[in-house]
Amino acid sequence: MTNPLLSVRDLRVEFATRRGPLVALDGVSLDIAAGEILGIVGESGAGKSLTGLAIIGLLDPPGHIAGGEIRLDGRRIDNLPAAEMRKLRGRRIGMIFQDPLTSLNPLLRIGDHLVETILAHSALTPKQARERAIALLSEVGIPAPEKRIDGYPHEFSGGMRQRVVIALALCGEPALVIADEPTTALDVSVQAQIIAVLKKLTRVHGAAVMLITHDMGVIAETADRVAVMYAGRIVEIGKVSEVVRAPLHPYARGLMAAIPTLEGRVARLAQIPGAMPRLSAIPRGCAFSPRCPEAFDRCRVERPPLLTVGDRSAACWLYDRGHAPAMTTEIVS
Amino acid sequence: MIAFIIRRLLASLGVLIAVGLIAFVMFRYVGDPVNQMVGIETPAAEREALRQQLGLNEPVIVQASRFLLNAARFDFGISYQFRQPVSVMIGARLPATLELAIVASILSLLAGVPLGVYSALRRDSALAKLFQALSLVGISLPTFLTGILLIYLFSVTLGWLPSFGRGAVVPIGSWWTTGLLTMSGLKSLIMPAITLALFQMTLIMRLVRAEMLEVLRADYIRFARARGLSERAVHFHHALKNTLVPVMTVVGLQLGSIVAFSIITETVFAWPGMGQLFLQSIQNVDIPIMAAYLLFIAFLFVIINLVVDLLYVIVDPRLRAAVHGASG
Repeated sequence: MTNPLLSVRDLRVEFATRRGPLVALDGVSLDIAAGEILGIVGESGAGKSLTGLAIIGLLDPPGHIAGGEIRLDGRRIDNLPAAEMRKLRGRRIGMIFQDPLTSLNPLLRIGDHLVETILAHSALTPKQARERAIALLSEVGIPAPEKRIDGYPHEFSGGMRQRVVIALALCGEPALVIADEPTTALDVSVQAQIIAVLKKLTRVHGAAVMLITHDMGVIAETADRVAVMYAGRIVEIGKVSEVVRAPLHPYARGLMAAIPTLEGRVARLAQIPGAMPRLSAIPRGCAFSPRCPEAFDRCRVERPPLLTVGDRSAACWLYDRGHAPAMTTEIVS
Repeated sequence: MIAFIIRRLLASLGVLIAVGLIAFVMFRYVGDPVNQMVGIETPAAEREALRQQLGLNEPVIVQASRFLLNAARFDFGISYQFRQPVSVMIGARLPATLELAIVASILSLLAGVPLGVYSALRRDSALAKLFQALSLVGISLPTFLTGILLIYLFSVTLGWLPSFGRGAVVPIGSWWTTGLLTMSGLKSLIMPAITLALFQMTLIMRLVRAEMLEVLRADYIRFARARGLSERAVHFHHALKNTLVPVMTVVGLQLGSIVAFSIITETVFAWPGMGQLFLQSIQNVDIPIMAAYLLFIAFLFVIINLVVDLLYVIVDPRLRAAVHGASG
């Protein structure tokens, strides 16, 4: 990846509190190529959404970027003035949030949302903007868009609303769409449709996607590469096929083992003992070491950087000498 | 929609009948009106005749229904003290009170909403913090004190504004009089209106600020920002409208209480409105006036509630759907 669309290096996000700063993201580095879909997985509180919000510049105070840098097309964007950053939002970077029920203003028509957004990013007349809005709605698969455009959000089902949200995020033809749990609030039957729409549209419009989810199934089907996050750090990043089939990091292995499969006998699902540490009590060394079955002394003292293992990287001392232990294949049955 | 309005009107009617019965109860239990009306030497026979004439000897049910039927025709009987029809007395005072209340409401809205929006958007600015602190003063300062301070400053010390009365009034139509068209009327209105508006204004400001801060945390605001909309569009197109929906209720009810509780302000400024009339009627146990005032205030609140409900339906599409669903 010589010229990534988005490049995040050593991103650190802190929350200023009365008892000093809480480090919510620590040393997050990732690249997204143009048109690529990068999945981000991890448990709640691992920092997935914060990474997305930091990139688009919408961290709520007291959260703020305390270190590292974010580059879009090689241009640094983490220290832009608010007005400059606003020009990027919607036009270069779009974002889709988890809950389509609350993402739309209940008092405005669907068309108002779309036209307003299109006008903010183009020199079209209101009439042209409306036509474009109808075209977008039909692109995301809303039947009878010329009628539904005058409907209010509450007249749409959850899945239809998320389609509207996707259309809205694409109004300004952004090069990168950050999709924060876009299907979590939806019925399982609708989830696949929404993922399909998202995948198709971003391909058509040539947008890269940062797909944040805790659903490994969605990642496996959709993403090109995946980053696994734990306690505000990336523990493993690589091609989806490799990470899912043969995860390197013990946490990633635990995560994959905890996914139920349809095949095979019904056995007790694997669990990772313990819970993710609170931000105020992240252990020294590797954040996963207290829960890790393979931790040794070094893990508890020294924090592992992302180590290159073949095509991917894992933040684990097991790979310090560049060899993958034989046990990685054991997990997959 | 029409079914909704009719349903609300029926409910309102129920409220008014209930209040009417409470008003009627006053006649029965707050002293003997005849004692109030006659002198101490009036012979018993004369008292009895008066009693008969006022219908006080009839069964309670008959008296109650007669009271309600008369009230429905705005006939509240004759004032015990002034020997005039109560409806005429109230009619003569109504314009003064309503003008004061409406001017005060407009004043409090025009100042309160922008101040609230400003202090929500610039939450950490020194000015917003100053407004917050001042609003605490405004909300806790008793009305009579504000009035007296204003009189001391602008009437006694500076001599700019009259300290009492309504100034010259101009009749409009057969029964309305207005002070808004004369210089002295306008001058007289300034201080009472400010006094009456101050509390409402601070209340509206604090309410708008709190609601707006709440709305600004909503997902759709964050999504609006993520789409690259200007701060202006986010604040005034998306946030303000949602802020004003709950504010509407409170402001509506406050308008009611501005009328109902303008008593103190009217007393301080000797404003010839209904509040003054009501105070006099209490001193004199003039029950027909008290009952009429009670019913009038209830009527006002019922109307305001109805209007607020209708506004809700107009502003919020979700309610519109519910209303259509229920009536269709």
